[in-house]
Amino acid sequence: MNSALLIGVVASSVMSGTSLLYATIGEIVGERAGIVNLGLEGIMLIGAATGFAATALTGDAYLGVAAAALAGTAVNLIFAYLVIGRHANQLATGLTLMFFGLGLSALIGRPFLGTLIAGLPKLRLLGLGIMGNPLLSFDVLVYLAVPAAVLVWWLLFRTTWGLGLRAVGENPVAAVAAGLSPSRLQYQALGLAGLLGGIAGAHLSLAVTMTWAEGMTAGRGFIAIALVIFAKWNPLWAIAGALLFGGAESLQLQLQAAGADVSPFIMNMVPYLLTLAVLIAWGWRRQGAAPAALGRNFVGVE
Amino acid sequence: MQRDGAAFWRLLSAQAIGIAVVALIALGAFAALLLAAGKNPLQAYVDTVVYVFGNATGFAELLVRMTPLVFTAVAAALPARIGLINVGGEGQLYMGAWLATAGELALQNHSAFVLLPALTVLGFVGGGLWALLPAILRALRLVNETISTLLLNYLAPLIVSYFIFGPWRSPESSSYPESPAFVDAARLPTLFHSRVHAGLIYALVCLGLYWLALGRTRFGLQMRAIGGNVEAARRLGIPVMSYTLVVMFIAGGVAGLAGMAEVSAIQGRLVAELSPGYGYAGFLVAWLAGTGAGGILVMSFLFAVLGSVGDMLQITQNLPYAVINILMAGILFIVLARRPIGRAVS
Repeated sequence: MNSALLIGVVASSVMSGTSLLYATIGEIVGERAGIVNLGLEGIMLIGAATGFAATALTGDAYLGVAAAALAGTAVNLIFAYLVIGRHANQLATGLTLMFFGLGLSALIGRPFLGTLIAGLPKLRLLGLGIMGNPLLSFDVLVYLAVPAAVLVWWLLFRTTWGLGLRAVGENPVAAVAAGLSPSRLQYQALGLAGLLGGIAGAHLSLAVTMTWAEGMTAGRGFIAIALVIFAKWNPLWAIAGALLFGGAESLQLQLQAAGADVSPFIMNMVPYLLTLAVLIAWGWRRQGAAPAALGRNFVGVE
Repeated sequence: MQRDGAAFWRLLSAQAIGIAVVALIALGAFAALLLAAGKNPLQAYVDTVVYVFGNATGFAELLVRMTPLVFTAVAAALPARIGLINVGGEGQLYMGAWLATAGELALQNHSAFVLLPALTVLGFVGGGLWALLPAILRALRLVNETISTLLLNYLAPLIVSYFIFGPWRSPESSSYPESPAFVDAARLPTLFHSRVHAGLIYALVCLGLYWLALGRTRFGLQMRAIGGNVEAARRLGIPVMSYTLVVMFIAGGVAGLAGMAEVSAIQGRLVAELSPGYGYAGFLVAWLAGTGAGGILVMSFLFAVLGSVGDMLQITQNLPYAVINILMAGILFIVLARRPIGRAVS
């Protein structure tokens, strides 16, 4: 592999891994508080559509990111209300949220089909600038992705807020006994998860494809949910996972571009097969580490 | 399972009224949203009613649309009875269609008496095997079936695409690759001179068997025991692992029949865009129905009506079909909010 191809693979791995990382750390926050959100795909779609629409209307991609974050948060709070406030089934509500996101994003994105935007500006950081390769300059969301993961890790594992949040995910009854409010912490967790999911979608439409297409997330929301298990509910492991999966996706694109005689459909299977293989490997070694109260609704203390 | 006929119908009508109220609220909210977006949803509602209930063709289309939903709903409801979550109806549908197509290509010189039973069995086996993999992973306690069935949903359409863009590509197909057209003997017969096809009969038979097996057999009793308390069931000597494997295989097979019916009756060939999310919609149908057989019938019908509204919005209002998902999700959101302790599929 020559150096230009290598740099190309690295650059595009980082690009496709970024969106996965934001989505994964968001889902980790929610699951650490005991709530599985299968609607992440829908949140990402709404983020992608809203971010694109706002960018196309204002001409400012940063406003687009802000709009996507806001929309992701708002829509995820609908999910939060249903599972926390109404004790609705998490899986059914999550899938419904996916459908809702699919529909709403199609409606929001409809006027912008075929619209061209400049996308998120590429910024040169000092350290990378020295290498002098234009392929290695990225948008701000790429540079902030790893710090965001570290920040979420710090919030979860080094603050009292995070301690409380994890306690709610492990044993809500004990959390109440300790004077915490499970529902308030869960609302906060899902708000943050929605914000990150919205940003994840925005990065796809504003930096990767720079167009809007219906259903453009193409299952990345579900891959992110699998990555949470891969990462063992730890945002730092999620960095490695997102890079690995971004790498698989970009290697496939590079091979196709290089004219390799492999069906694109076979290549497209790689991320899903890899996810499945990783899940089997973790299952084999019994390295679950899932929050104990994950997926169960907390209906109060007797 | 309700055994008393009159009580059953009373329950059903009470549910139907509840659903009707919810649907009206959701229709109103959806109309408000589309009006705000500068579209005219009310015209689409009127068009739908006129089209669907005003003539036989429209009503027949409703039955056509309902058919795959009955299959995929049973595919989600059956495993739910023993506490398994099958969100993989979509992938199982595609693999049923795939194996049925392989059968058509191999056996197309035979008569319909050979072809149709063979394709039916292959469709069932294709979907069943696709569901067996998550079942094995679950039985070995390696991977949770929710996530594995979801992931497999993304693999199955890729396999189908690989074949129709590659080995099975019809020389006649141009920009949209597809498999060669099925021979007439491999086409499921249609009914009442409409597009309604024998797949509907398959679906109703599946639903009937589901109802009978759960309510009136030893299997139903044992499944209820597993769904109630796995440990207790195991101590009673019920083979939980066998149930996991067999139930998932059957459920996947039923979803596979949806795919088989789709290629054999509707498309007449294997195509890439086989399902607009029937698998996921079926899961929600099963959930809304509380996994009851009567509920599945009613909810599939309701979802089919929503699908027709989606068609009208696409044709007359120039909106993407996917927009109808907002209305569907709206109905579900209201139901989810109203029914705090969700039954089954949990």
